[in-house]
Amino acid sequence: MIGKCSSCFMNVDGVPNVRTCIEPVREGIKVYRQSGLPDVPKPKEVEHVGGEEVIETDVLVIGGGPAGLEATLTAAKYGLNVVLVNEHFKLGGQLVKQTHKFFGSKELFGGLRGFQIAEHLSKKVSELPNVKVLTRTTAYGIFRDLWVGLASRDKLYRVKAKAIIVATGAQENYLAFPGNDLPGVMGAGGAQTLMNEYGILPGEEVLTVGSGNVGLIVSYQLLQAGAKVKAILEIAPTIGGWFVHAAKVRRYGIPILIQHTIKEVWGHERVEGATIVQVDERFKPIPRTEREVTCDLVLLAVGLTPDHTLLAQAGAKMAWIPELGGLVALRNRYLETTVPGVFIAGDITGIEEATTAMIEGRIAGLSAVIKVLGPIDEAVKEREKLIAFLEEYRKAPVLSRTRMGMKKALIPEIRG
Amino acid sequence: MGEVPSYRRTGIVTVDELKKLGLLPPGERLKKGPVAIIECPEKIPCNICVDACPSKAISMESIIDTPKLDWNKCTGCGMCVVLCPGLAIFVVDLSKKDKAYVTVPHEFLPEPKVGDEVILLDRDGKKLGKGKVVRVFERNKTFAVTVEVPPELAMEVRAIWVEK
Repeated sequence: MIGKCSSCFMNVDGVPNVRTCIEPVREGIKVYRQSGLPDVPKPKEVEHVGGEEVIETDVLVIGGGPAGLEATLTAAKYGLNVVLVNEHFKLGGQLVKQTHKFFGSKELFGGLRGFQIAEHLSKKVSELPNVKVLTRTTAYGIFRDLWVGLASRDKLYRVKAKAIIVATGAQENYLAFPGNDLPGVMGAGGAQTLMNEYGILPGEEVLTVGSGNVGLIVSYQLLQAGAKVKAILEIAPTIGGWFVHAAKVRRYGIPILIQHTIKEVWGHERVEGATIVQVDERFKPIPRTEREVTCDLVLLAVGLTPDHTLLAQAGAKMAWIPELGGLVALRNRYLETTVPGVFIAGDITGIEEATTAMIEGRIAGLSAVIKVLGPIDEAVKEREKLIAFLEEYRKAPVLSRTRMGMKKALIPEIRG
Repeated sequence: MGEVPSYRRTGIVTVDELKKLGLLPPGERLKKGPVAIIECPEKIPCNICVDACPSKAISMESIIDTPKLDWNKCTGCGMCVVLCPGLAIFVVDLSKKDKAYVTVPHEFLPEPKVGDEVILLDRDGKKLGKGKVVRVFERNKTFAVTVEVPPELAMEVRAIWVEK
């Protein structure tokens, strides 16, 4: 339920497979559960497709999260025409549901809450006359000579761009265990969507699986929303996220159980509880250490995977890099992939967080500027400064894995 | 790789660890009046506290440094308490004889009010009794709440809970 998966598919006004997590409520809307294969929708139930528009632009940015927004602002600042495509009706990506204050420096909105950063960047984008924003629109394919196909609810677009920046983000990982299909088991991002975007408390008694920053932060937010968090499980021998985020939940009495994992979830038609188990250093369950925890919400915060499909389809050379969360496109230091003119920024380059996504967005934006306008002195200088800053930023010891992964994904030059 | 600090397993930094890391002000400074205690032992890419401090008492060489506090410049005003994104800064005042004051960040409703008797919590979430709220201010929905506590609890109380 972060606008990416099929978990929230429902039949809306006769149309099957609608992602309800990004479907705005409207007067008279009819929402039905769907199970099995749906009927073909009747013509009157499908929104009218009003033909196709061909757009020629300088830069096409795919994805309106922190990376895409910064890329858009950067390219537009240099006078380029930009088309920004976003699947959600709101810009901001996952920032729109982040209610905690961000780390970083003042210049990169550190200290602001995530949704405030989203509001700030979206407003700036909306004020630019040379940016065309297409919300509720999906980029479905990248074709030869940088033609891209887009589909909105009522119109198709063919866009020809001189540079493309792919900033499609990431998807939440799921975990296999008996009972994981019971209502009440969900990704941590899904719980944030319900709670922080739509004001619905997803559960009263919570068990969180995973102590990375997402698991710690969402547990804290559930506590703020009035839920009781029974425990946070961590399979590794140390806490995954920053110490300060862990300290925030610990001082309100939420236990973080290291070397523990979830064995199964049980309940009649919905989650009523879970069995947890201690693990050894090889992550193997230790017999007879099982414990039962009653809960009605099991949060899975077990990492993210870069949303790489569009890049793979475009023919970018990909590599499986576990430190970055899975399949990523190889890229040079200017964030250009092996498909000339296609740049990447944000979680699609490897799982990190919003601040690095914003810096990468700026770098990719400048690379697009240089691609279109040539090596303008100011842009080249600004880009070098940002690359140096990003390197410094990633020097934090806790980020050593990411640093290693980023090295593996780097290629010296782009052929072709 | 060196030994993993225990706070990475527990989520709790102990007073001993804070002392070893040089994060606790010396006794004579504590007696002089309110002073910030920055419980931020990890190199986080963040420097919000440096800009937050009106006395310019916090410094950092690079964005991934841990913050360094000049205890003599610090006035214990609490601006860093409300502005630190990690909610990792507290102010302790041990200048009075029979009572101490601790300022903690707080992001829960109901809003704490001066005069409220609130539950005092330690770093482990253990209840340490009740304390009276003597000062509250807010920045961007984070409250800095100062509570009166027994002096022996000044290094233990790190959160409050307002009963609904």
